[in-house]
Amino acid sequence: MAKETVLALRGISKRFGAVQALTDVDLEVLSGEVIALVGDNGAGKSTLVKTIAGVHPIDEGGIEWEGRPVTINRPHDAQDLGIATVYQDLALCDNLDVVANLFLGNEARHASILDEITMEKRAMELLETLSIRIPSVRIPVASLSGGQRQVVAIARALIGDPKVVILDEPTAALGVEQTAQVLDLVERLRERGLAVILISHNMADVQAVADRVAVLRLGRNNGVFDVATTSHEEVIAAITGASDNAVTRRQARTDKEAAL
Amino acid sequence: MSDTVDKERGSEAANPKDAAPADGSAGGGDRAVDPRLLVREQGFAGYLTEFKRKVRGGELGSLPVVLGLIIIAVIFQSLNDSFLSAGSVSDIGVYIAGTGIMATGIVFVLLLGEIDLSVGSVAGVGAAVWAVLSVTHNVNDWLAVVIAIVAGLCIGGLHGFFFARVGVPAFVVTLAGFLGWSGLQIWLMGTEGSINTPDSSVVEDLTGYYFEDIAAAYGLALVAVLAYAAALLVDAKRRRGARLPSRPMSEILVRTVVMAVVAFAGAYVLNQSRGLPLALVLFLAVLVIADFAVRRTTYGRQIFAVGGNAEAARRAGINVEWVRISVFGIAGMLAAFGGLFIASLSGGATKSLGAGNTLMNVIAAAVIGGTSLFGGRGKIWSALLGILVIQSIQQGLNLLGMASEIQYMITGAVLLAAVVIDSVSRRTQKTAGRT
Repeated sequence: MAKETVLALRGISKRFGAVQALTDVDLEVLSGEVIALVGDNGAGKSTLVKTIAGVHPIDEGGIEWEGRPVTINRPHDAQDLGIATVYQDLALCDNLDVVANLFLGNEARHASILDEITMEKRAMELLETLSIRIPSVRIPVASLSGGQRQVVAIARALIGDPKVVILDEPTAALGVEQTAQVLDLVERLRERGLAVILISHNMADVQAVADRVAVLRLGRNNGVFDVATTSHEEVIAAITGASDNAVTRRQARTDKEAAL
Repeated sequence: MSDTVDKERGSEAANPKDAAPADGSAGGGDRAVDPRLLVREQGFAGYLTEFKRKVRGGELGSLPVVLGLIIIAVIFQSLNDSFLSAGSVSDIGVYIAGTGIMATGIVFVLLLGEIDLSVGSVAGVGAAVWAVLSVTHNVNDWLAVVIAIVAGLCIGGLHGFFFARVGVPAFVVTLAGFLGWSGLQIWLMGTEGSINTPDSSVVEDLTGYYFEDIAAAYGLALVAVLAYAAALLVDAKRRRGARLPSRPMSEILVRTVVMAVVAFAGAYVLNQSRGLPLALVLFLAVLVIADFAVRRTTYGRQIFAVGGNAEAARRAGINVEWVRISVFGIAGMLAAFGGLFIASLSGGATKSLGAGNTLMNVIAAAVIGGTSLFGGRGKIWSALLGILVIQSIQQGLNLLGMASEIQYMITGAVLLAAVVIDSVSRRTQKTAGRT
C-alpha cells in the first residue's frame, strides 16, 4: 500500500498563559504507518495530540489534511476529518455496556431512537475482525480487565472509520500479557491502512510496533528516527537531550568556525 | 535495557497467538459458547441460571423492593384487613401520582449523579402559578396549567444553567432554589394564603376524575400487556434475524404472564372501587414516556454517559452542558406537574404546598426504588416502586391510626434499609467483579 501523508503539522505553537507548551513543532503522519511520539514528562506530547484532537486549538502554525489546510477548533472538527483519539484515561463510561461505549456519540439510530440490534451486530463484527475477545458485549465496561478496557477503547475509535488514530499511552498500567494484546491490535490497525500516532513512555513498545519515532523535547521537535535503522540509545539520547551537552556544543561551535 | 526489549518482543510474538484461543473459541464465524463467556445459554434453564448468578453476584435489581412491597402488604393486611380493600388500593393509586411524577424527575437528576433539593418548592410554585392565573386572573384553565408546567421547566433550566454553565454545585443551586422558590410561592399566594380549586376545573379532575366504565381499566390492562408482549416478540425476532442472542420464548411467556397478572389484578381491584383513576393513567403515561426516552433514545444514552463519566461523554462529542440543563429542566417541569396533582388532592394551592416532607418523600422514593445516588445507574420504574412503598406505609399507618411522627420514623427506617441494601449489594458486586 502506498504511504501517503494524511496529516501534516507545520510550525505548531501553543501557549497556556505564561507556559510555552509547544514551539514550532512539525509532524507528518502517513497512512499505513505507526509513528511513535516520545518525549520526557512535560515534553508536550499530550498537548500536541490534544491540538490535533481539537481539545486545545493551536495558537500558531498550520494543519494540513491530505494536502489541504484545515482548522481544528473543536473535538468535532477532528472527528469529522477522520481523526480518532484514544485517551489514556477517561475514555469509557463504566456504567454503560460495551456496545453503548463503542457507539457513544455515534449511535446507530432511526430519528433519535437507538437501533440496538444494528449496533450490537456491528460491535460483534468489529470485535471479531480485530480478534478481540471479551466475555460479552452486553456487560458494563466496569467488569472488564484493564487490557480489555483499553482494547474496547481502541475499537471504539474505529467506529467512525477514521484515517488517523491517536493512542495516548495505551499500554500504561497494563500487564505484559495485556500489553501484548494491545500492541497486536496496533499492528492490525496498521494493516488496515490506518495512520497510527502512538504516544508511549515505553521504548520497548515503541520499538515493537512503530515505524518511525518522533521525539519531542521541551515543546520542540528533537528529531524523527526510523525505528529499523536507529538504535535504542540514540532515541533515548534525543529524549533526554543527552546529545546536547558541553562536548557536542563545543563540537558544533568548532565545526561552525571551521566552516567559516 | 535491550534485554527487556527482547523479552517484550519475545512475549509479544508468542502471546497473541496463544491469547486468542485461550480467551475464547478460536476465530471463524461460528460463535460457539465459551464456558467463560457470560452469554446466556439458550432456553429457560439458561434464564434461571442467569438469574441465580445475578442474585448471587449482588445484582438484585428490583427484587428487594418487590419483596419489600409484599412484606408491607402482608403486615398491614394482617393488622387491618381493609388495607388491601378496593377503596384503599384505589386511594394509593391516586395518592402516588403527584409525588410519583416528581420522583420520576428526580430519577433523571440522580442518573446524572446530581441532586435536586428544590422539587418541593417548584411544585408549590407550579400550583401557585396555576391557581393565581386561573382563579384570580381568570386565565383559561388549560392555558394556566400549561404556563405552570412551563414555569417549572424554566425554573429547572435555570438551576441547570447555574450548575452546568456557571459551575455551582447542584446541591447548593437547588438549595438556594428550595428557599427562593418557596419565597416566590408565598409571595404569589399573597394575603389569601390559599386558593381553592374551582369545581370541574382541570386541576380538580387530575385526581378527582375516574373512568368509571369497567372497560377502561381492563382495556388499559389489555393494551399494556399486548404492547409489552409485542415489543418483546418483535425484539426477539429481530435479534434472531440478526443472529444475536435473544430472549427465549419461555422467558417472554413468563414475563408476559407476570405482567398480565399484575395488570389485570390491578384493573379488577380498581373496578371494584371507583374505576380507573385519571391520576394513575397520567402517572403511568409519564413513566412510559420517560422510560422510553431514557432507555431507547440517544438523549437517554447521553444522560447515562454523563452520569457515568462526564469527561468521557464530553470527549465523545456529547454536549454535556445541554444534557445537564435539560435534565434539570425536566425535573423542574415534572415537579410543577406533580405540584398540580398535590393541589388537586388537597383541594387547592396553599402557601405551604410542597413544603414539609414532600421533598424527602420524593427523593426517598427514587432511592428506595433502586436508583443509585452516585449516578449512571437506575431505572425510571424505580420511581413507581419507591413511591408505592412510601405511600403503602403511609396508607397502612393511617389505617392503623398512627400519628405522623411514627410515619416519619418508619419511612426513615425504610429509606435507610433501601440504601443499606444498595450499598451491600454494591459491595457484593465488587467482590463478584461487577459494578
